[in-house]
Amino acid sequence: MTGPSKKLSRRGFLQHSGAAGLAATSAGLLLPQAGFANSPRKGGHFVLGLKGGESTDTLDPALSLGSANSYALYAFGDYLVDITPDGGLTPALAESWEAAEGGKVWHFRIRKSVEFHNGKSLTAEDVLKTMQRHSNEDSQSGALGIMRGVESMKADGDLFTVTLTTPNADLPYLMTDYHLVIQPNGGMDSPADGVGSGPYRLTEEEPGVRYSFAKFANHWNGQVGHYDTHEIIAINDDTARVAALQSGQVHAIDKVPPRIANLVGRAPGVAVGITPGRGHYIFVMHTDTPPFDNKDLRLALKYAINRQELVDTVLNGYGSVGNDIPISDAYPLFDETLPQRAFSLEKAAEHYGLSGHDGSPIILQVSDAAFPGAIDAAQLFQQSAKAAGIPLEIKREPADGYWSEVWNKQPFCASFWGGRPVQDQMWSTGYLSSADWNDTRFNNPEFDALLLEARAELDQTRRRALYARMARIVWEEGGLINPMFNQFIDGYSEKLGGWTQHYSQMMNGFAAKLTWFA
Amino acid sequence: MHPMLKLLIQRLALGLLLLFASTILIFVGTSILPGDVAQAILGQTATPEALENLRREMGLNEPAVARYFSWIGGILQGDLGTALTNGADITQSLGKRLGNTLFLAFWAAVVSVPLAILLGVISVRYRNRLPDKLISAVTLATISLPEFIIGYVVMFLLAVKLQWVPSVSLINDGMSLLAKLQAIALPVIVLVFVVLAHMMRMTRAAILNVMESAYIETAELKGLNGFRVIVSHALPNAAAPIVNVVMLNLAYLVVGVVVVEVVFVYPGMGQYLVDHVSKRDVPVVQAAGLIFAGVYILLNTAADLIAILSNPRLRHPK
Repeated sequence: MTGPSKKLSRRGFLQHSGAAGLAATSAGLLLPQAGFANSPRKGGHFVLGLKGGESTDTLDPALSLGSANSYALYAFGDYLVDITPDGGLTPALAESWEAAEGGKVWHFRIRKSVEFHNGKSLTAEDVLKTMQRHSNEDSQSGALGIMRGVESMKADGDLFTVTLTTPNADLPYLMTDYHLVIQPNGGMDSPADGVGSGPYRLTEEEPGVRYSFAKFANHWNGQVGHYDTHEIIAINDDTARVAALQSGQVHAIDKVPPRIANLVGRAPGVAVGITPGRGHYIFVMHTDTPPFDNKDLRLALKYAINRQELVDTVLNGYGSVGNDIPISDAYPLFDETLPQRAFSLEKAAEHYGLSGHDGSPIILQVSDAAFPGAIDAAQLFQQSAKAAGIPLEIKREPADGYWSEVWNKQPFCASFWGGRPVQDQMWSTGYLSSADWNDTRFNNPEFDALLLEARAELDQTRRRALYARMARIVWEEGGLINPMFNQFIDGYSEKLGGWTQHYSQMMNGFAAKLTWFA
Repeated sequence: MHPMLKLLIQRLALGLLLLFASTILIFVGTSILPGDVAQAILGQTATPEALENLRREMGLNEPAVARYFSWIGGILQGDLGTALTNGADITQSLGKRLGNTLFLAFWAAVVSVPLAILLGVISVRYRNRLPDKLISAVTLATISLPEFIIGYVVMFLLAVKLQWVPSVSLINDGMSLLAKLQAIALPVIVLVFVVLAHMMRMTRAAILNVMESAYIETAELKGLNGFRVIVSHALPNAAAPIVNVVMLNLAYLVVGVVVVEVVFVYPGMGQYLVDHVSKRDVPVVQAAGLIFAGVYILLNTAADLIAILSNPRLRHPK
């Protein structure tokens, strides 16, 4: 495969791996989409202004959280596999991969003549050590959750082999997780030193303030990383971030607030990039805790929320309505036949009556830490629930400590999910009965069985049917009230060439790699 | 022993005691906050195993009292320790931030203190007339507006519209003094607006108080001009209360400018402290709290000493 038009899509990949057990390409292509025919220009100093940088940040990929330092990982690091703009897969440090034993064993062929910034050459051993550091028993990694299904791993020559406890057709997708930067010796020696094999070499690190990079001349892929130098500045204040873009101090910013996105788009020299999201702004009920263990009460609440109103006010239109499942039509194998649950006060009142709830207040715990506008959303929810006769009561929680004390602990609260590359990962992390982040305490044996069956299913028609059945179960029985999927709004300077819409925000984190000064 | 020296030593000893007490308060305060540093680091991606591994490595499974004493032990040997979150050496990272904070506070003080006193003197000279009323109105307006509003307004005008100065006030060691001053122009303007009114009004009130005295009347009857009377005769006798207020505002410039830091992305102590509080990084919070407490105690002691020095009756007690 030699051209971007032949890029491996997810669907094509599945067919390949299903039919031949093989998905191999010869070159790592991360070219911008066709249509941007003008070739990249080299040089310049590219500055990104990002929300979410703190002076407590570390460049240890295992403990990385927040935009500023995860984008730093994208600049200095490379992954085994990358995601293409349309959500397919493209080779990176693994130049090819193939499944064996029906997706239970995966072989990754590691690219030769890749150099780390410290001068060492990449080997399969480095890959093995990296994956071990994220999955062994001493692991402190945020990626530990997705590495759970690994039974054993080994490196042999230039082959890196993963054996899973149960087959998983999506394993290569898991390797794109932002924590899993390949480091020399797996980062076992000094995990936070910012040494990788990426297109930019770290030159200066001030956590929560800025990261500076210079182009790494020996990068294996000459088609990415066009700038001479690159800088990431943490600008947590929304207004300051927008002002920095407008005054030309930075060339791109993330998380433009929806309420001012229109204004930013109209400002001279600045454009706004919208990415339809898989992230969803939600309310979650523990299905094992009264009164939420009553299916009718859950349905009453689901019918009592006015989704369109929330999209219009909380997201200012930058989003789409949700349908009480965590999957949007942005995912592959999405089931279009699932009916959209409509706002209906009659049905809400009817189910509320059937639930036999004693009329005591139903406490909803919220904070804007869950998602921007969560308190407004809860208040709108409260008003519409009241119209249906449901006594919803809002309890405001401090933003500080919300994710450790309220989310996944309290029976009914606001939450946010950023979405995952594929359905399996989303369902497995949040809805499998044994998942750590099963924030609705969903426990349905039929659903669990379907999920495991779908994971090992290499035939995509059958897989689509399995996902459709799972979606229906969660739609009907689940503790998830999903009123809306948000969109990611980036702002960028019109001086930039090569800006395209990717599957996630900021060109899936690759803005510094793929754009140039036009 | 000279009574002044004795006073100084007394004050410093008291200050140390206060510092010690503040470390206990800070430690207790951070301990009762919900969650711990391991949870804060892993956030929504925390798995029980990763949490346990992280806690074990950070020594969070030790009892709180043991952690407190091992920290205090380090301080007494001049070692502030390392941050739990990113393993950074606290002395080094905090030193850099403190340097930045003092740099900003210094230039804000260099502009605001003389300006406040000058405006105060002008107000007294033209009291209850147009200049006085104008100065009062403007300074009261700027102190009444929240800092971030003033920040956004000057940012919009000077950085976005006119593009004279950068909106992001990042400074680093490689910059020349002039480049640094240009970078911090906006935060300095905002801080001057914020602290001006308090110092100006205190200067005005203190001088006006002295202006009632008989010796001022004598000076005026001698035919001295208005400014001369105020600057040479009234101001020195009003020094004590003015110095007190100036010191209070200097302390504010060092410890209270987190909002301005956030708006202008200035890498100072305020944001550094807030980040570590929200991550429950207790050793850093302790160290920063210690320094803030130290700044307050030092500046207040200085204010007292200057007040005593400027008053002969206190300087030569019987």
